[in-house]
Amino acid sequence: MVKPKLMQGNECCALGALAAGVRFFAGYPITPSTEIAEIFSKELPKLGGVFMQMEDEIASLAAVIGASLTGKKAITATSGPGFSLMQENLGFAAVAEVPCVIVNVMRLGPSTGMPTLPAQSDVMQARWGTHGDHSVIALAPSSVKEAFCLTVRAVNLAERYRVPVVLLMDEVIGHLRERVVFQPDEKVVQWERKQCLNPKSSQPFEETADGIPPFFSFGGEYRHHVTGLVHDESGFPTSQREGISRLIRRLHYKITQHLSDIVQVEEFFVDDADVLIIAYGSTARSAQAAVVRAREEGKKAGLLRLITLWPFPEKEVSTAAVNKKAVIVPEMNMGQLALEVARVLPDKNLLFPINRVDGELVTPDEILSVMGRIY
Amino acid sequence: MAKGKHKLHFDREKCKACGICIAFCPANVFTVDIDYCAVISSPDKCTGCRRCELYCPDYCIFVEEDYYG
Amino acid sequence: MCAVYHKYLRLDHLPHIWCPGCGNGIVMGAFIRAMEDLKYDQNEVVVVSGIGCSGRISGYLDFNTLHTTHGRALAFATGIKAAEPRLKIFVFMGDGDATAIGGNHLIHACRRNIDMTAIIINNCTFGMTGGQFSPMTPKGKKASTAPYGTVERNFDIPALAQAAGATLVARVGIYQVNLLRELIVKASHHKGFALLEVISQCPVNYGRRNQMGDPAEMLEDQKGIIKSAGLGQGLENYFGQIFQSEQPEFIEEYNKMIVQAQKKGGCDV
Ligand SMILES: Cc1ncc(C[n+]2csc(CCOP(=O)(O)OP(=O)(O)O)c2C)c(N)n1
Ligand code: SF4
Ligand code: SF4
Repeated sequence: MVKPKLMQGNECCALGALAAGVRFFAGYPITPSTEIAEIFSKELPKLGGVFMQMEDEIASLAAVIGASLTGKKAITATSGPGFSLMQENLGFAAVAEVPCVIVNVMRLGPSTGMPTLPAQSDVMQARWGTHGDHSVIALAPSSVKEAFCLTVRAVNLAERYRVPVVLLMDEVIGHLRERVVFQPDEKVVQWERKQCLNPKSSQPFEETADGIPPFFSFGGEYRHHVTGLVHDESGFPTSQREGISRLIRRLHYKITQHLSDIVQVEEFFVDDADVLIIAYGSTARSAQAAVVRAREEGKKAGLLRLITLWPFPEKEVSTAAVNKKAVIVPEMNMGQLALEVARVLPDKNLLFPINRVDGELVTPDEILSVMGRIY
Repeated sequence: MAKGKHKLHFDREKCKACGICIAFCPANVFTVDIDYCAVISSPDKCTGCRRCELYCPDYCIFVEEDYYG
Repeated sequence: MCAVYHKYLRLDHLPHIWCPGCGNGIVMGAFIRAMEDLKYDQNEVVVVSGIGCSGRISGYLDFNTLHTTHGRALAFATGIKAAEPRLKIFVFMGDGDATAIGGNHLIHACRRNIDMTAIIINNCTFGMTGGQFSPMTPKGKKASTAPYGTVERNFDIPALAQAAGATLVARVGIYQVNLLRELIVKASHHKGFALLEVISQCPVNYGRRNQMGDPAEMLEDQKGIIKSAGLGQGLENYFGQIFQSEQPEFIEEYNKMIVQAQKKGGCDV
């Protein structure tokens, strides 16, 4: 694909998943993610893969986890109400360490809310939606092409770290159509799960140096037990204090130990900036436009675009914020990631959140006007 | 003790004293011990019906049919 | 020791957590004997279970085993089967698991007629959580959340499954251990979704509360119920195989669709 193509975010997401090796999709239709399911229903059979429309989102993620346990790369796509229903099984995937990707094309409001309007209001739910301490990775694309690239990355991270990965697209990116160019030298790299090479010497939930146990697939040469109960390294339930804490801690550090591999941000005129904007998803596009215009006016503005939302890019944010006079965090929610930014800023008074919850994008003008007030 | 045709294997460690084998044995092979666990008191009476084996929820019993010829 | 125990049970995890006289142990005993008849390669079998006392069955069986979330076992199993159709799937659920929280997955698995064997261990209660009433607690019986007896009606599980599209349906009591074993074999040989309702017993959280005597007495009572039910009182009280039909099976139909799709060809990636 060298020729520029007019593509949609949801379309790129589905195609990215296929390119990453996904051969199983299970889902339940919901606006604004439905195109993803539709594309899978068309393309997966051609590749000999499986598309399943399940009875609800609970079943969808359950089926995805089941498929992944046989060694297949598996994905589901939904929006807020469906994402809420998936939370219990998301926790199952986290504790049983089953690789899977959940695409959440975010829409506005709690409950049915505004099905066709964009928001970025599931950021905290992606991190803390399921109960209990657990680990998860969440990524947010800012362009249609990035919807492709980050879906590939989401699949890869899920496989490498044996975690559920949430792709947090907002409705703007999901439905946006824009020109996408794939250069001939751009190759999709697929990461594979660490396989169990010798079942005699390794255990299915073993504490390895990198924190990630080797994967034993159903239908392979070695039988094992997978449970959502807290388990020891053999995979069987344990009630021993030490074993319990070991598992919960490992689930945590298998991610925190690999931050340099997982966390991605993009800097745009950050170094010499006096005012830093921290943004993600479609809001980052407005932020970038605002930076360009501010610079034209001679104002030293910069943008730190968060590509990885969870684990939160703590180090990157605090480094970028050094010596800044103000940090603006525009979001299409009442201020979710701003809470995390505030947590790592040396001085909370530096933080200026901009929040829009009317289904409209935060505009460059809004950002510039806030900037004008403080700088 | 006189031997019947069938050999009864019994794992006392696993017995939870539910009493099913005792009640279901048609030949009254079992009695209870002080902990209400089953005891094979009259192995010679075993008819080899294997009801104790099939109903025991804890897999304590195994009847080896025709062991003694 | 009996070879079938050695082969199919994870003996190092026994004794199991179930109470004295619990029906789960009897069902598992019949299951491993059915496995002895079926002679499948253990690596090619997946046992999936839900949450509840019955859900713990997967941990004791030496196959690929998956202990899922409450009510969702069939949905997990559907993903496994669709992704790897050569695997033989057995799904164990409690009555609460299958007919309360998992009711939706149950009817849709029946409707899809996906090739697997589902076994509902119906002990008429939520055993694990201490004996609350389930959709299958007979009207008037006491439960920790029905101190005056339940007022709710029950499902007729086989009738429900048949109406929803399951293609082999049976009801069997744990008293009928040999029939249970035979039906598991038959259900597994059946091409399509087979559902067995196994009438079990929870002597501790159901039996005791309803003055049903010790485990042996409960089993003896079941014998009486089965004997009288056999006398043609209609589906509701019928024991044994109730229904079998040949219908298009999900995986086979899906594979036909793949052939169609591949004829058209041309993936965009
Ligand atoms: C989502 C959810 N809700 C509630 C529970 C608590 N819970 C665990 S087991 C159970 C009921 C089990 O009853 P049943 O399925 O009949 O199985 P049994 O224990 O009788 O074998 C309940 C309500 C849970 N684990 N998950
Ligand atoms: S049936 Fe089994 S557990 Fe119950 S009393 Fe007899 S040997 Fe013990
Ligand atoms: S509570 Fe009931 S169902 Fe659970 S193990 Fe005990 S007897 Fe069995």
